[in-house]
Amino acid sequence: MTLMTMITKMGEGFGKTCAIFFLTLLFSLPLGMLVALLRMSKNAFVSSVTRGVISVLRGTPLMLQLLAVTYGPYYMFGMNVSRNKLIPVVIAFSINYAAYFAEIYRGGIESMPVGQYEASQVLGYTRFQTFMRIILPQVIKRILPSMTNEVVTLVKDTSMAFTVSYQEMFTIGKQIANSQTSFVPFVVAGAFYYVFNLLVDFGMGRLEKRLNYYR
Amino acid sequence: MNTLLEIRHCKKSFDGKAVLKDISLTVEEGQVLSIIGPSGSGKSTLLRCATLLETMDGGDLIYNGVYAAKDQGGRAVYSPPPVLQKVRNTFGLVFQNFNLFPHYSVLKNIMEPPMLVQKRKREEVKEEAVRLLQQMGLSDKADAYPYQLSGGQQQRVSIARALAMNPKILFFDEPTSALDPELTGEILKVIRDLAARKMTMVIVTHEMNFARDVSDWVVFMNDGVIIEQGKPDEVIDHPTQDRTIQFLRRILEQ
Repeated sequence: MTLMTMITKMGEGFGKTCAIFFLTLLFSLPLGMLVALLRMSKNAFVSSVTRGVISVLRGTPLMLQLLAVTYGPYYMFGMNVSRNKLIPVVIAFSINYAAYFAEIYRGGIESMPVGQYEASQVLGYTRFQTFMRIILPQVIKRILPSMTNEVVTLVKDTSMAFTVSYQEMFTIGKQIANSQTSFVPFVVAGAFYYVFNLLVDFGMGRLEKRLNYYR
Repeated sequence: MNTLLEIRHCKKSFDGKAVLKDISLTVEEGQVLSIIGPSGSGKSTLLRCATLLETMDGGDLIYNGVYAAKDQGGRAVYSPPPVLQKVRNTFGLVFQNFNLFPHYSVLKNIMEPPMLVQKRKREEVKEEAVRLLQQMGLSDKADAYPYQLSGGQQQRVSIARALAMNPKILFFDEPTSALDPELTGEILKVIRDLAARKMTMVIVTHEMNFARDVSDWVVFMNDGVIIEQGKPDEVIDHPTQDRTIQFLRRILEQ
């Protein structure tokens, strides 16, 4: 098999890699905010349950969570394993990343000076207005560097979908490597991820610059 | 005269330690009232209770005849949120450390609250914001961001932000304490101008000379109680209580 054929075949799986990446961001970014708010709840029960869930999600391998979401329903309830593996893959990724994002959001929100809340309150802003207009925009600026880290990690983590044989780029690369007894597909995969992350870095850098208009 | 603010028997404790012990105070329309006293005397807590940033344990809090909190059996019972929201609309607060919104330009800091909270029209609010900036001597700073301004300029923006809501009373919580000494003058001048325009103000301050010339009424607090109150000529120049005399001697020696 020529290098070009390898790249073409793996490139076909790249669309699925992108699907995991973008769908995970789409769901985990808002879900993470919800989890962060639950984690900061004044209700001790809600906040400690949320803390426990975050602890498990961060303390066990993503690979294990991927297997659990994909095959768990079969072993526990005798349900059929989903034909379209994208669904369990995105569910597992979204939940896992929401846990990480939640902790980043929480750190950002808790780092905001209390004076911002007090000024808003005295001026008559509702709690929702204060959060959406005063707190959140400043939190986003503060957490952007940590978010870049997570997003870069997500790009590479998409490769874990091979454990449930979802036909994304890395899974295809691994199959080619096995059938051709060649290491080249892994080098190709590495190049794909690296270029993807260069773009991510570029995009996040642009965003950081755009938010640099204030301190 | 019209009583704008009445605080009756205000009590407040933190972790069992009484910070305010039965404070009563009235503010009349057009009056400039200064609260002085050593740090830890409860002046800032009193201001925070009056501006609803802190809840009183007991006592009444009445703005322009509307009860924000009413004492029931020694416990302060607060009015429902819509009433409190209306009450908040009658006062403004200038913080010690400004608390401007750093992600908004100077103009947006001043314009957003009246547009968002009071649903006033953009054109009308903008006109007023421009006028306030001119009054504060900051016409050229409308498009600047807070971090680009000196402390004194930031504090003037925060005064403009408070004034844009057309408050009936303006509270100042040690408005010059976070400023370099050479910048305090510009803030004191702004407050003097406001006093000349008959703005009702309550000022917690350490600036004795300023308190003497700007206020109609001075309250000296110590250890959570009002020791003495009266005209500045009485409280600052001819105090009768030992605690006041000691405090003034200490602060004027500096």
